[in-house]
Amino acid sequence: MIEGILIGLETALSFKNLLMVMMGCFFGTIIGMLPGLGPMTAIALMIPITYGFEPATGLILMAGVYYGAVFGGSTSSILINAPGVPGTVATSFDGYPMAQQGKAGKALAIAAYSSFAGGTIAAIFLLFAAPSLSKVSLAFRSPDYFALMILGLTAVSAFSSKGQFLKAMMMVVLGLMLASVGQDSLSDITRFTFGNINLLDGISFVLVVMATFAMSEALTIILKGKDPSRATEQISLSKLGSIRLDKEERNKMLKSIPRSSVLGFLVGVLPGAGATIASFLAYGMERNFVSEDEKQKFGKGSVHGLAAPETANNAACSGAFVPLLTLGIPGSGTTAVMLGALLGFGIQPGPRLYMTNPEIFWSVIMSMYIGMVILLILNLPLIPYIARVLATPKNFLIPLILFFSVTGIYLMSFNNFDIFLMIGIAVVATFLKLYNFPMAPLILAFVLGGLIEENLRRSLLISDGSFNFLWGRPLTTVILILTILIIGWQIYSSFKKRN
Amino acid sequence: MRISIDKIISLLFFILSAFYLHQAYQIQVFSFDENAPFNAKTFPTFVAYIGMFLSILYVILPERNPSKVDHKVLDYRSSLYLVIITVIYGFVILRVGFFLSTSFFLFFSYYFLGERRWIWMFILSFPFVALFMYLLHGILNVYLRDPLLKMLGIIG
Repeated sequence: MIEGILIGLETALSFKNLLMVMMGCFFGTIIGMLPGLGPMTAIALMIPITYGFEPATGLILMAGVYYGAVFGGSTSSILINAPGVPGTVATSFDGYPMAQQGKAGKALAIAAYSSFAGGTIAAIFLLFAAPSLSKVSLAFRSPDYFALMILGLTAVSAFSSKGQFLKAMMMVVLGLMLASVGQDSLSDITRFTFGNINLLDGISFVLVVMATFAMSEALTIILKGKDPSRATEQISLSKLGSIRLDKEERNKMLKSIPRSSVLGFLVGVLPGAGATIASFLAYGMERNFVSEDEKQKFGKGSVHGLAAPETANNAACSGAFVPLLTLGIPGSGTTAVMLGALLGFGIQPGPRLYMTNPEIFWSVIMSMYIGMVILLILNLPLIPYIARVLATPKNFLIPLILFFSVTGIYLMSFNNFDIFLMIGIAVVATFLKLYNFPMAPLILAFVLGGLIEENLRRSLLISDGSFNFLWGRPLTTVILILTILIIGWQIYSSFKKRN
Repeated sequence: MRISIDKIISLLFFILSAFYLHQAYQIQVFSFDENAPFNAKTFPTFVAYIGMFLSILYVILPERNPSKVDHKVLDYRSSLYLVIITVIYGFVILRVGFFLSTSFFLFFSYYFLGERRWIWMFILSFPFVALFMYLLHGILNVYLRDPLLKMLGIIG
């Protein structure tokens, strides 16, 4: 492991990679700060830039963007009560009241320190958990992988659907349909191309991500007439107050951070759970841990109430890398985008990544530490200036997002068809989002579609066409039972609310 | 009886799944693969049946909280303008080249969204695209196809 850490440090600390992680954190913060644009959009917009990079460099840039976007989301939650990402909604419960009390600087400092601590502690957990889990996951066979991917899709649908489980599952099916376009990986037989040669290689992953996130978010902002910059009128960005914390505030923060880090990391590892659930759970848990007096302050600017969700959402971001790096299965929409990018580099994450590409495995983990430090150094003093991004009028912001989306596809294929297909998918996605059809399950299904088919193929061939493989191995059965429990829980909660 | 848009979307999804199933059955597999436990049409067939099942389930089950969208407040006009201008941009980018098409796309998008600060509109279109091209093409070495600039000898 020491050797691996050294390899990772050597790669992550090279001038180019340091520059990339700084750029990633900076741009991620800016994009994540804009309400409506989350880490997935931020990473999607960065993918075309990483084309010419080495895989480790590209992944380091995207990881930096990821943390930056989560931190940026906290800034808009605190300053204008408009969370840039769902994972920072809980941050606004106490962050925004603090800002209204003239303590915006303190709130931002607490968010920055908590994010740093949560991310760093979780990265240490990842350092130990990932290699061990990699070794364990070598025992996984095709039926286990198939069952695990079905569990991931079900869990993401259950957690991201806000009670609309069936809608989320329909989006999973749509993602699988889109993934099946093009040549069959084994027989090279063309499917669903309708004689169009542009579809022979299938639909590009970048195209689907750009369409369903970057472009459709831009269209949604225009359609709903939302102007993120208007919200900045609520607070003066140049008068944020002091960022210095007193001893009492520091002590409160230090109590919240360890427990929220552990909780955030564990929730992040679970498929589908991610930063949003981690932050809400941490907020709830913290409320139960504090004294009665402190409990009364929750929702009115409590330090505990701000530090806990901020720590947990960053810890969950690191935790989400565990299934991605060790099993090759993303547990969230954002890590699904990163998996797609990795596959684009010709790298298959999974238990063998640890052995075949140690420089990528370790440099990503090491870049997490570096990213957290850079986020703290870069963002704390620069927040008053970076926060001015919130004042960017939508008249300029939206065309720039569309420009980055189209350019991304143009750089990839130099083909009009892909641009038109992206616009078509974006229009449909905008309409579906309007009616609360979530896009994260679609992306995850699109990325996993090929892998699910491959593992189902192997499992069925081994069991001679019988579905006995689903209960042939204890591990497969356990995973399937978990999937059934999630579905059962969704049905139960649906009936309970109806009655 | 009033049917919600959510249910209409689900119904459309059912039709899409049925069409997908029909197309899945049309996939030509090799003759030796026809009766294999798994061939190129197996997975799409499963997916289509699941899609049909889920969508019909949504249609027949009573709705708990249908989505409420107030169409009066939605700005369809600006969205449509933006989509049209993006389609035109997608159409001309290969013919006219990256620099001119992107600069004009940005400039006209700002205009259609109601922006009238001409200096900012100019700065954030032509010089911005030039800087972006320099970053991508000149520094990051990412190839940008631009026949016009190539003809003028500005890019290689």
